[in-house]
Amino acid sequence: MKKVLLFVGLSIALMTNAQDGEAHNEEAGKKVASVILENMDGDEVNTGEMGFEGPVIISFWATWCTPCKKELNTINELYLDWQDETGVNLVAVSIDDERTKSKVPMYVNAKMWDYTVLMDPNGDFKRAMGVNNVPHTFLLDKDGTIVYSHNNYAPGDEDSLYEELLKLASSDVKE
Amino acid sequence: MNKITFCALILSISTLGNAQEQNSGGTITGNMETSFQYLNEDSLIGAAQPDTKGLMNSYMNVFYTQGNFKAGMRFESYLPRIQGYPNRFDGTGIGMRYVGYENDFIDITLGSFYEQFGSGMIFRAYEDRALGYDNLMDGGRVVLRPIPGVKIKGVYGRQRLSFQNGLIVHSDGITRGFDGEVNLNSAIKALKLSKLKITLGGSFMSKWQDDSREDLILPENVGAYGGRLKLKYKKFALDGEYIIKEQDPSSDNNYVYNYGHAALLNFNYSTRGLGVALSAKSVDNMSFRSDRTKTLQDLFINYLPSMNKVHTYNLVSSLYPYATQPVGEIAFQGEVLYTLKRGSKLGGKYGTSINLNYSSAYGPNRDLSGVNAQDSTGIAYSTGLFDMSDSLYWQDINVNMYRKFNKSFYMRVSYFNISLNNDVGKVTGDAKGIINTNIGVIDMGYKINKKHSIRAELQALIVTPDKYGKVNDKGDWATVLIEYNISPSLFFSVMDQWNLPNDKLNDIYGSDTDAGDDDLTKTGLHFPYVSAGYIHEATRVTVGYGRQRAGLFCVGGVCRFVPASNGLTVSITHSF
Repeated sequence: MKKVLLFVGLSIALMTNAQDGEAHNEEAGKKVASVILENMDGDEVNTGEMGFEGPVIISFWATWCTPCKKELNTINELYLDWQDETGVNLVAVSIDDERTKSKVPMYVNAKMWDYTVLMDPNGDFKRAMGVNNVPHTFLLDKDGTIVYSHNNYAPGDEDSLYEELLKLASSDVKE
Repeated sequence: MNKITFCALILSISTLGNAQEQNSGGTITGNMETSFQYLNEDSLIGAAQPDTKGLMNSYMNVFYTQGNFKAGMRFESYLPRIQGYPNRFDGTGIGMRYVGYENDFIDITLGSFYEQFGSGMIFRAYEDRALGYDNLMDGGRVVLRPIPGVKIKGVYGRQRLSFQNGLIVHSDGITRGFDGEVNLNSAIKALKLSKLKITLGGSFMSKWQDDSREDLILPENVGAYGGRLKLKYKKFALDGEYIIKEQDPSSDNNYVYNYGHAALLNFNYSTRGLGVALSAKSVDNMSFRSDRTKTLQDLFINYLPSMNKVHTYNLVSSLYPYATQPVGEIAFQGEVLYTLKRGSKLGGKYGTSINLNYSSAYGPNRDLSGVNAQDSTGIAYSTGLFDMSDSLYWQDINVNMYRKFNKSFYMRVSYFNISLNNDVGKVTGDAKGIINTNIGVIDMGYKINKKHSIRAELQALIVTPDKYGKVNDKGDWATVLIEYNISPSLFFSVMDQWNLPNDKLNDIYGSDTDAGDDDLTKTGLHFPYVSAGYIHEATRVTVGYGRQRAGLFCVGGVCRFVPASNGLTVSITHSF
């Protein structure tokens, strides 16, 4: 038991150490995890090499998660504007398992989403990204580094995400 | 594995990674969750105060990756476990740990891993921390990707059964198998641009467990195998999987020597604004566990998806939920989702959508003619694919309509008609046979300004009287929920679930009017609950206080029974 405790202490110390000097959002500054998932066509996509040029929003959702759908439906109304202004791409990662997975394409099309949709039926990417519960949304810069994340959705949260996105877009221009 | 050696290994690796952080970008990620409960005595709902008064569950995942190397672990702590969590979880320790190496060709993991073959009907190792469900494999896994579109997986290990005194307790049996999948459009150049997308797959799983019974000759090695096909053409998609399990006498099937099968078919058509999904499933004798003596949710090698809509409104999801009967069922589901055009007369300026869903499940037809259950074959009956009886297990007809009236106001109206066979999928001790309910829900949201919004749910559940015209189960319920959100960081909610007055309530809740208790036949019983939450980016803190009724808590088709409670719950989740 003592050894276990010692180990816990040490790993916490290490973790804190590793995060010294980071911004207040601990997730910020990390690269997106690299996991191989399938899209709705069954083609494999590596989440670490998605090949987008601009910033990327990764949003974890499920067909049974009402706030997730609210968030993605709300953003969908703004998506074209966001894309024009910032060049952003949104990747909607469905954590639906076999029970509801077959409803994903149906929902996506019926709601006329223009997102890239990936399937994570056994939660591999969810686990790798440290997602406790959905919705959980990440904003990545053009290099795949996480700059913002948020674990919830309430009406208006899309504005905070948009502000972060604008900040990112303007800093990219400065470079 | 020697734990200390392993810890030392991880430690040195992470120190190494830390030192190199600047150059090569080793990354530590993870997440944690802590739930604390302080419970009061509440005799009316039969909630007892635990001896320790406080209860706490915690876990933390730590994952490390650097280049092609990966390692990770999860600490878990139950001091003691919170109400309703599996009772064999206790202590603090490492509940999951692995090391691995991954490149474009090979992905190898030693230690604990989660994995799924096909739809999971032959093999699925997964976790659901909210339920305390974790059947991870401890052993080794290899995934090979020899050419684009081809994937071969091999797994070998013992499953996690429980977590005691801070240590993983493993299954008695060994589980192993392999799976291959080919995406023809990626693998064959000539098909690359074809509009028809084809994926083929096949799996084999086997378990070994010592034959410990003297009265029976039990197969120590039990195999299961099957194949799957996925087709996609323009707006149509069709996929199916068929699995056969060899003779597997177990306590689930009363030690019969029948083969088992599971078949699943999904059809899907979707175009902008319209989606249609149809599914069918046939399951018989398909409980496949790495320990034949286990029951409930223990040590399943496979996962049988239940074929019904995942409901989210409280009264709909938690009073009469349904989970697959692994012993056997034939089930169907159909769903239509239609979004009316924005700007049209019916669609309104902001659009309206309509969702229809139907699902049903029946018992399999088991033919006993020409079968002698007492003979040496041990075969107890004969049945076939989609051979169903007229014994209804479950039926759910539901419809909902969503409309956004203007920029700030929406309303969703839903109706559900659910019939559940309580003799098969038992959810309550207060009813027998089929329980039929009608449920209506109105869900409204209003965005006050850029940051503030309010949401309300009104729910009513009416139970059809039983065949003697008496109140069935606990009778009718009503629920009111009001939620106030301040984006992006605060929410408050108040909920009251009210078991409406009826003759049975004093008996059900043990209210003794002679001793001065409330007369529930007049007042009914209220379950008020308030909660508040603070969200700061990837951290979430929620505090709840009130009375919660006993019931089934289900996630992803797996349910656990949660006893009634009255008290405080504090929960913190964080990702890093």
